[in-house]
Amino acid sequence: MSDAKVAFDVEIPSDVKYIEGVIELATRKCRELSIPPRKCSLNVRVALAEAISNAIIRGNGEAAQKHVRVRAVASDKAVVFDVTDEGEGFDLHAARPDPTAPENLMLEDGRGLFLMERLMDRVERFHSDGNVVRLTLNRE
Amino acid sequence: MSFSISKQGEVVVVDVEGQLIVGNRQELKQKVLDELEKGEKKFLIDFSQTGYIDSSGLGVLVSLSKKIREQGGELRLANLNDDLQTLFELTKLDTLFQISDTRERALESF
Repeated sequence: MSDAKVAFDVEIPSDVKYIEGVIELATRKCRELSIPPRKCSLNVRVALAEAISNAIIRGNGEAAQKHVRVRAVASDKAVVFDVTDEGEGFDLHAARPDPTAPENLMLEDGRGLFLMERLMDRVERFHSDGNVVRLTLNRE
Repeated sequence: MSFSISKQGEVVVVDVEGQLIVGNRQELKQKVLDELEKGEKKFLIDFSQTGYIDSSGLGVLVSLSKKIREQGGELRLANLNDDLQTLFELTKLDTLFQISDTRERALESF
């Protein structure tokens, strides 16, 4: 990604009240980058909200002294969002019930990762100065 | 972001003013449960001012639907924009909820 540029880079406390501000910023940047409007309003907003919420609640346990960093890098081909928390991480490939199966439709939980995977072109998790969830959205 | 509650005939109408996400879902849940406890049975949630819903917001709708049905009531939804409609289709929750294009149609459907 030699042509890649940082679109934004913010750090927020581990409180869910900060999520909406980051999502507004991400949506605005997404439009400035000429990403198709539908991808900005649906894919980016929902998938990124899930990743940040997961980082705050599960990653950092909503601990006041811990932070979540959200960084977006844009290239000609894609926008990559890195959401970093201070937790141990989780197994992205662990078997999970399909939330769309008839027997699971009435479950309250279990749709977060499913939505990230359906709305992004790639979802990865790794350690790099924290636990990182990387969401990649192709421009096309 | 907040929720306003009004009554149209026998139907409790909840207007969601903003997004339905992890930060405010409990407020919606409590408001609807308070009405359910008062004996209300018919509920309509209007999303005309809502841009997106996250998985915890969807979860609260599922939970409320279950609790309302257990009390012999009904929960219906109205005014989902294209993004929200897609979200319900992706998660197949469009098969769980009765969804109307407009508030009027939703109210007539009870």
